[in-house]
Amino acid sequence: MDLYEYQARDLFEAHGVPVLAGIVAYTPEEAKAAAEKIGGVVVVKAQVKVGGRGKAGGVKVAKTADEAFEHASNILGMDIKGHTVNKVMIAQGADIAEEFYFSVLLDRANRNYLAMCSVEGGMEIEQLAEERPEALARVAVDPLVGIDAEKAAEIVAAAGFAEELRGKVEETLQKLWVVFKEEDATLVEVNPLVKTGAGDIVALDGKVSLDDNASEVRHPAHEELEDKGAADPLEAKAKAAGLNYVKLDGEVGIIGNGAGLVMSTLDVVAYAGENHGGVKPANFLDIGGGASAEVMASGLDVILNDPQVKSVFVNVFGGITACDAVANGIVGALNTLGDAANKPLVVRLDGNNVEEGRAILAEANHPLVTLAATMDEGADKAAELANAAK
Amino acid sequence: MSIYLNKDSKVIVQGITGGEGTKHTALMLKAGTNIVGGVNARKAGTTVTHGEQEIKVYGTVAEAKAETGADVSIVFVPPKFTKDAVVEAIEAEVGLVVVITEGVPVQDSAEFWALAQSKVDADGNQITRIIGPNCPGIITPGEALVGITPNNITGKGPIGLVSKSGTLTYQMMFELRDLGFSTAIGIGGDPVIGTTHIDALAAFEADPETKAIVMIGEIGGDAEERAAEYIKANVTKPVVGYVAGFTAPEGKTMGHAGAIVSGSAGTAQAKKEALEAAGVKVGKTPSETAVLLREVFAAL
Repeated sequence: MDLYEYQARDLFEAHGVPVLAGIVAYTPEEAKAAAEKIGGVVVVKAQVKVGGRGKAGGVKVAKTADEAFEHASNILGMDIKGHTVNKVMIAQGADIAEEFYFSVLLDRANRNYLAMCSVEGGMEIEQLAEERPEALARVAVDPLVGIDAEKAAEIVAAAGFAEELRGKVEETLQKLWVVFKEEDATLVEVNPLVKTGAGDIVALDGKVSLDDNASEVRHPAHEELEDKGAADPLEAKAKAAGLNYVKLDGEVGIIGNGAGLVMSTLDVVAYAGENHGGVKPANFLDIGGGASAEVMASGLDVILNDPQVKSVFVNVFGGITACDAVANGIVGALNTLGDAANKPLVVRLDGNNVEEGRAILAEANHPLVTLAATMDEGADKAAELANAAK
Repeated sequence: MSIYLNKDSKVIVQGITGGEGTKHTALMLKAGTNIVGGVNARKAGTTVTHGEQEIKVYGTVAEAKAETGADVSIVFVPPKFTKDAVVEAIEAEVGLVVVITEGVPVQDSAEFWALAQSKVDADGNQITRIIGPNCPGIITPGEALVGITPNNITGKGPIGLVSKSGTLTYQMMFELRDLGFSTAIGIGGDPVIGTTHIDALAAFEADPETKAIVMIGEIGGDAEERAAEYIKANVTKPVVGYVAGFTAPEGKTMGHAGAIVSGSAGTAQAKKEALEAAGVKVGKTPSETAVLLREVFAAL
């Protein structure tokens, strides 16, 4: 889960990272009240989970609370790269003397963490890494040790901070490590980390990504950080049912078992669609290696409620849960759904007890169900049916 | 021959008394796996019964290893406790630890991987190999299964298979069931995993029984790109590839925690191109991949 800037700021503050005052606002009135509360010059910052908001006009300085109201009126509702702005952060204005960069992130390739730091902050880090790679210090972090005083000193020295700043920056880096570690983040980025006119080090803008697995296992409080309003209603419904579902923009609903097989099914349906009016997969839905009847029913329920869906392809490889159980699940789900099941289903079963599974479906002889012998054939049939119903 | 696992492997099950552990212990026994013990601290001294076989439950991995000479452990412990279970197996110097559990916090995986890396023998070789987490495990058909792969898809044969995905492993074994497999290994779909595509490719290259290799990847990270470079420099046996997730949108996690396209990184297209540049034939679909494998196999 990626956090909004104001959420990152709040986490920083909770772990003792120096930040400036910042209050989230959903209306211009709230923005004005926040500006009055903070006092002095404030910055009205669009809260969107995408870069480039400054260039898009989503960040404005306000000298007065009325100006904050005005800027918030303009920024709220704005579209930034497909993201609608529905909240702003009113941030205390900063007296910036120097700008730096720091991040620590999961390094998948090396299976450890990577700290990156530069005394040239403020610009996009991808740009800095490309144009002046020598200005970006990259230091590996041992997961068993983390950023202790010694590692912080190594990073700060590698980045080339001035002697008089080192102590303060090292201290801040260690606190940012605590955020990374204790919140189970996969990314903590501060850009810019600034030196103020008074010589203090402050994290001015933060980006944090949290590990969903860890949030599930040991951070119940993270649930409050979820962006429930922004989720697609079908995705929200699927999530409530415990399903692994991603809404896509197509006509063929997909249900399968196992993430890899479902991804593969989407691809095969998209290829088949090239011969059938360009129809595409409507969703990703993995009912898991287990694939029980109940899960099949709730999965079908979500997919059949998608008005874009014209046909459904159920692609299951029976492993631990055998095909007869899956077939019973499909028949049971169709009975449960009754008239709500109103779109053609193409079913491909293979693997354990496939003959029994196919026999169950043949016997049920449901008017909506077509059996396919292979994954390719099923994808083709489902695409054909979706195209015919367009 | 095979890689990592054979009929002589002595296996213990961590979490043998739980629901998943119980179910899969039965299936692994049926597949011929030599299961010599289980571990559950709260049930030490008891036994579990599967058919005619009584399996002793030990309090710790170290104890189980000392008594049974186990060299492989499989972990069915829930995500909250997976790290502790794996750490215990590493500390006990078990040679192969297969972590089936899905949903393990990635920092836990990074930590037990760092620990495993730090434990080396006199020659500097890492003592414990880890497979997973979030994987179907490993099967050497006709010899042993340490994982959850259905045992009856196919039998022994000349193909080696390495895949991030469980059900795509099953699908590919099914497509090529007439040829059979030396070993099929599911390395898992998490961002941090133990054994990689490259490790498995190196092992298959060295395994005389393996004549050709299927490598299955999916979106996210750059493991496939790095495997492509490795293949180009080090693998002489024919390799065919398959990559899932061409239609995956940017920024969405597709089931597996590691399966996500970030910006322009981790796309299926980039992986396919990297593999093709290394001389690997890549199928558009699982069935086309099977056709390609048959072609290279026939040409041997």
